[in-house]
Amino acid sequence: MQSLIEISQLSKKYKDAEMYSLHPLDLSIQEGEIYGLLGPNGAGKTTLISMLCGLIKPTSGSFTIRQLSYAKNAFDIKKIIGVVPQEYALYPTLTARENLLYFGSMYGLKNKHLKDSVDESLAYLGLIKFADKKIETFSGGMKRRVNLIAGILHHPKVLFLDEPTVGVDVQSKNAIIDYLKLLNTQGTTIIYTSHHLTEAQDFCTQIAILDRGKIYAQGTPSNLIANVPEARNLEDVFISLTGKELRDDV
Amino acid sequence: MMSVKKEFLLLRRDFGGLVILFIMPLVLIITVTLIQDSTFKKVSDSKIPILLVDADRGTVSQSILKNLEGSNAFSIVTQINNTPVTEEVAQEAVLKGKYQMAIIIPENLSKDLQLKIDQNVEKILGSFGLSDTLAKKTEPKIISEKEVKLYFDPAVQPTFKNAVMSSIDKMIAQIESSSIYATFKDQLGDENSNTFEQKSFITFKEIMPRANNQEIIPNSVQHNVPAWSLFAIFFIVIPLSINIVKEKTQGTFVRLRTNPVSNAVVLAGKTITYLIICMIQFYMMIAVAIFLFPHLGLPPLNVAGNLTLLSIVALFAGFAAIGFGILLGTVAKTQEQSAPFGATSVIILAALGGVWVPVFAMPKIMQFFARISPMNWGLNGFYDVFLRNAGLFDILPEIALLFLFFVITISIALMYEKKKRTV
Repeated sequence: MQSLIEISQLSKKYKDAEMYSLHPLDLSIQEGEIYGLLGPNGAGKTTLISMLCGLIKPTSGSFTIRQLSYAKNAFDIKKIIGVVPQEYALYPTLTARENLLYFGSMYGLKNKHLKDSVDESLAYLGLIKFADKKIETFSGGMKRRVNLIAGILHHPKVLFLDEPTVGVDVQSKNAIIDYLKLLNTQGTTIIYTSHHLTEAQDFCTQIAILDRGKIYAQGTPSNLIANVPEARNLEDVFISLTGKELRDDV
Repeated sequence: MMSVKKEFLLLRRDFGGLVILFIMPLVLIITVTLIQDSTFKKVSDSKIPILLVDADRGTVSQSILKNLEGSNAFSIVTQINNTPVTEEVAQEAVLKGKYQMAIIIPENLSKDLQLKIDQNVEKILGSFGLSDTLAKKTEPKIISEKEVKLYFDPAVQPTFKNAVMSSIDKMIAQIESSSIYATFKDQLGDENSNTFEQKSFITFKEIMPRANNQEIIPNSVQHNVPAWSLFAIFFIVIPLSINIVKEKTQGTFVRLRTNPVSNAVVLAGKTITYLIICMIQFYMMIAVAIFLFPHLGLPPLNVAGNLTLLSIVALFAGFAAIGFGILLGTVAKTQEQSAPFGATSVIILAALGGVWVPVFAMPKIMQFFARISPMNWGLNGFYDVFLRNAGLFDILPEIALLFLFFVITISIALMYEKKKRTV
C-alpha cells in the first residue's frame, strides 16, 4: 500500500506549558488503513489530530498528506480531508438538512449532487425522517451521526475522527462504525481516536498507543496483543504499556 | 451565498436576537425623540411648577411674575396647602425634590431699585447741569445690593439650571433698564414723548440653511433620527459578536476552519448578512420617522431627496459596526465577555461620538477621542447630509474613515485568529 501520511519529528509544546504535549514522533500511515490512535487522557491524541487537520501549528517537525504540506498546499489538503470533531460541531437551531447542506456547500458541493449526498447519508444512518427537525431536539446518538455525515459529504480521501462514538448508545455506535467501514471500503483512509478499546480492536487495521506525548507501540491489533505476554486483548496491552495510574490533569 | 443563507436562518430562529435587531431600535428612536422633542421646541407642552416667594410685593416682583407666567414654560406656585410659601418652606420643598426650583424676591427690591436709579440719574443729570436747582440737596442714602435667591433641586441637570438662570438674569436686566429709562423720562419731564425708545436696537435673526430653495429648520427629529439610527446600527456589534463566540463554543468554528474555504469568505458571509440587516434597520427607522412621528405629535422627518446619500452613510456606518463586532467576537472567549463589553463599548462610542453632548462642548481631551470615534464620523456624515445640504464629495472623508475602520478591525481579527492557531 502507498504511504498516505508521512510524519517526521512532529512535536507540539503549547505556549506556557512545561512539557511537550507531543514529543517529536515519526509515523507513516498507509492509504486504505483504519488507523486508531489510542491512549489515556492527555496522551496527545487530539493534539496530533489537530495538527494533521491544520487546526494548530506544530512546534517542530513536518508532515505531508498525499505528499502535500500545509505550508504550501493548505487549500488542496483541506479538499481531500474530512474532520469529525469530538464536540457536536453543528448549529443547534438549524435542522439536520440545513446543517448538512451548509457544510457540504463549504466543500464545493452544489445543487442535486449536494442534496442527493445529504439524503443518502441521512438515510443510511437512519435519520432521513428527522432531516427537517432542529438539531437541538436530537438525542446524543442522533447528533453524533449528523456530526459524522457533516464530515464525509464530500467523500474525503482521509477522514479524521476524534472520539466519534463517545457518549452514544450501542445502536448509534454500531451504525457509526458500520458506516465508517463502508466508507473505508469505498477508499477513505480513516484516522481516529477512541477510549473504546474493544471497539478499536475490532475496527482498526493499525493501532498506535500513545502516552505522555510518545508512541509506546504500534502495529495491527493482533500483533500488539501477541507482543505482550499474557495479554488477551487490547485492554491488557494498553494497561501493560500505560500503567494503572490515574491521568487526571488540569 | 450559502453562508449568507445560513446566517439568515440562524437569525430567523433567534427570536430574542430579532427583537434586539429590529424592535428595540424603533422603541429607542421613538422614546428618545419624544423625550427630547420638548427641548427643541420654543414653547413646551408641559409647564414646570416653580415656587415664588414674593417679599417685595412691588413693581419689580410683579414684572418678574408676569414674565415668568408669560414664558409658558413655568407655572408659578405661591401657596402650598393654602398657606403662603416662605423661604424656609420653599428651600425644604426644593431640597426634597417636590419642586425643581424656587425664586425668592427680597423685601423692598422695587423700592430700593427705584431709589438707586433715582440717585444715579440725579448724579448724571447733575453732571450735565440739568438737575433741579430748586430742590433741597440731600445726602445720598446708602443702598445695599439686592439678591434674588434661586434654589434648585440637586437632581436638576446643569444645562436646565444654566438656561433658567440666564433667562432670569436677562429678565432682571430688562426690568432694570426699563426702570432707568422711565426715571430719565420722569426727571426730564418728558412723560408723553417717545424720547427713549425702549425696544432693543440689536436683535438676532437665525438664518437657516436652504436646500432646493427650502429652508432647513433643525428639529428634534432631524437631530435624533440620525444620531439614534447610528446608535442602533452599532448595536449590531452585540448579536454579531455573540454569533461568532457561539460558533467557537459550539465547535462549528473548528469545522469551518478545516473546510477548503478561507476565513475571509466566512467573514464575508457574515458581513453581507449583517449589512443587509443594518440597512433594513435604517430604512425601518427612517420610515417610522416619516410616517409614524406625525401621529405622535412629532414633526415628520424630511429626507428631501437625500435618501441615497443617507443610505451611503448608513451603509458605511454598518461596515464599521460589523468590523468592530467581528473583532470583538474573535477576541472574546465567552458570551459573558462579548455581550456586556459590546453594549458598554457602543454606549462609550456613542458618548464620544456626540450623540448626547455635542463634540464642541466636550473637554479638549475628549474632543480628541471624539475625532477618532467611528460614531462621530457617522454622525457628522448624517448631519452633513441632513442639516448642511452636503453632497457625495463632502461626505467622502467620513465614509472613507468608516471603511478604513472596518478594514483595520477585520485585519486585526484575521491576524489574531492566525496567531491563535500557533499556540
